[in-house]
Amino acid sequence: MQSTSRNFSENARHGIADEKLQAALSRLSHGFPLKRLEAMARLPEFEALRDDAQGIKEHTLANLDTYLEAYETRVIESGGHVHWASDAADACDIILGICRDAGAKTVTKGKSMISEEIAINEYLEENGIQPIETDLGEYIIQLRHEPPSHIIAPAIHLSKGQVAETFKKEHQHLPPGRNLDEPRALLEEARGELRRKFIAADVGITGANMVIAETGTSIIVTNEGNGDLTQTLPKTHIVIASIEKVVPTLEDATTILRVLARSATGQDMSVYTTFSTGPKQAQDLDGPENYHVVLLDNGRSKMLGGEFHDMLRCIRCSACLNHCPVYKAIGGHAYGWVYSGPMGAVLIPGLLGLAETHDLPGASTFCGKCEEVCPMRIPLPRMLRSWREKSHQASLGSQKSRFGLAAWAFLARRPALYRLCMGLGVSLLALFGRRGRFSALPLAGGWTASRDLAAPEAGTFMAQWKQGKR
Amino acid sequence: MSGQNKISVGLFATCLVDLMRPSVGFATARLLEKNGCTVGVPDSQTCCGQPAYNAGDSATARALAGNVITAFEGFDYIVAPSGSCAGMIRVHYPALFKDDQEMLARVQGMAGKTYELTQFLCDVLGVNETGVDFAHSVTYQDSCAGLREMDIKEQPRQLMDTVSGLELKELADGESCCGFGGLFSVKYPDISGKIVDDKAVAVEKTGADILLGGDLGCLMNMAGRLQRRGSRVQVRHLAEVLAGMTGDVPPIGEVKE
Repeated sequence: MQSTSRNFSENARHGIADEKLQAALSRLSHGFPLKRLEAMARLPEFEALRDDAQGIKEHTLANLDTYLEAYETRVIESGGHVHWASDAADACDIILGICRDAGAKTVTKGKSMISEEIAINEYLEENGIQPIETDLGEYIIQLRHEPPSHIIAPAIHLSKGQVAETFKKEHQHLPPGRNLDEPRALLEEARGELRRKFIAADVGITGANMVIAETGTSIIVTNEGNGDLTQTLPKTHIVIASIEKVVPTLEDATTILRVLARSATGQDMSVYTTFSTGPKQAQDLDGPENYHVVLLDNGRSKMLGGEFHDMLRCIRCSACLNHCPVYKAIGGHAYGWVYSGPMGAVLIPGLLGLAETHDLPGASTFCGKCEEVCPMRIPLPRMLRSWREKSHQASLGSQKSRFGLAAWAFLARRPALYRLCMGLGVSLLALFGRRGRFSALPLAGGWTASRDLAAPEAGTFMAQWKQGKR
Repeated sequence: MSGQNKISVGLFATCLVDLMRPSVGFATARLLEKNGCTVGVPDSQTCCGQPAYNAGDSATARALAGNVITAFEGFDYIVAPSGSCAGMIRVHYPALFKDDQEMLARVQGMAGKTYELTQFLCDVLGVNETGVDFAHSVTYQDSCAGLREMDIKEQPRQLMDTVSGLELKELADGESCCGFGGLFSVKYPDISGKIVDDKAVAVEKTGADILLGGDLGCLMNMAGRLQRRGSRVQVRHLAEVLAGMTGDVPPIGEVKE
């Protein structure tokens, strides 16, 4: 998709002004964090599990080549095919090739952020193949031609009324006067629409929450069971996974599963956890005849060992979004691309370039909540700061604030001059601020737009201390 | 007690307290002296460098950090009435100088003896009485850096517990950010304004008369939004209450009655 990250501040203003979005964000940011806390309280070893999960990821990343090759070997042994894609274009071509070989007209899709990252839907459509999202949230935003606004709840920005409107507009073959007031009715309608498509699809594409080197298995977690139908009914199943999704063993995968849903939605486990290993075997009742895995790099191997290495531990749980004061204020679309929240603000500049996206790492209060709740203890604020260093070095961002900061820094390095200038400034402000505060002030519009500015007391602390005041 | 046996504390006033609310600096000095410390205020202090550090300008941050280190490393302890500035010294200075072995040794020596005020009073001096009255219902905002970088949570509550008449009404979601974030508040005023508005609503919902906190930046942000909303909640730095100085200075953004 076309990024709108360069319009971040304007996007954010739209998000703040959107009352329906604000209601949804308020529910999300109260609901998920509370449920997470309850899930943690039910599991006393949660903190130890976080350490274990982090250790598994660190070990895997340190031996990534070994585990990826072992995984490839197991997939081939089980009758599947592995394709290595260096970037998004590469992955799209590989997937299109598999779809064409299968003679595909329609393709069902389980929810996959990697597929959003490579924009496979647009690519398939351009080439005459119809992709159909089967996760309810993804189905809704596909009908609306919108990107996801949350990595696990893609349609969180919409109210049920908006969804009903969309269904009435898009499902023209159904009676126009039907009642879609209740969520249940929306769900039934989507289920009815999708059931025919599940059966008709020639290819099913799913993502992978993990792939296991020991067994050649891919894992998806869902709450709707749509992933199972996507990968079992069509003749061809394509798994798209980025390279950091590999874990060594089944045991390791289950350790990570124990922190994943708890961190995400506060569930002990997702409703469905589905393992798939290769195509249908002779003794299997169902399953695809062809099983393909597309392993995507798209910049990840370059992150290994560098300042963004820790980001490769991310398991896309969304805890950082759910707890972020900035995400909660503006919603996911403000970030302007497929990822959002703190994890998006770290990932997107690496994928789209900093010139377009420097506002994303810029717009953080560095409150540290994201790192606190991240099951993998990823130091997100430190990495946001790394991007800010690069922005500074490249002279990106507002020239006014760069100039202001440079002027302040010039003074702050010269204590005597600093005292003189600041003392004068403070005296002036105190003189005009005899009412205690300012509701507007030249050069302070950013502050006073939404809040008053307290006037300084007369005289600086340093000057008064020096004069002997105690 | 002779002066030689006293603990020598370098008071890092912080740039905001120095310029905007000197009373917090005097309250800090008073609390330290009252509890057996000699207080030094090095004349060359300006700012810890955090605004530059957070703007990605590490070179300027290092220059300012060097100034702070030179001014303060001779003291037994360094104390600031701010979890954010103390956290800058304690947590971020070592990261800033990770590639400079000589400076790193000096920084690490200093980082370990740098404290936020309530943390120093409780954890180092073991203060368990303040002898002050403040008959008000108050609520308290845990500032993010103090909470997450410095582990400050119980200390201000222990100290508020010693204040006669003070009734604490905890904020719902009190560990969430107030939206200040230093330069964030002026670079992204719409987002900051939205976050602080939610915080102001939460403050009003407690029914408390006074909002207290330990970081002047966050307090000015919340006071400014509360005042813009026409709220009657008054805002002060906790040090003013603990030092018994609330009669000397009006609440943040207010004038003496």
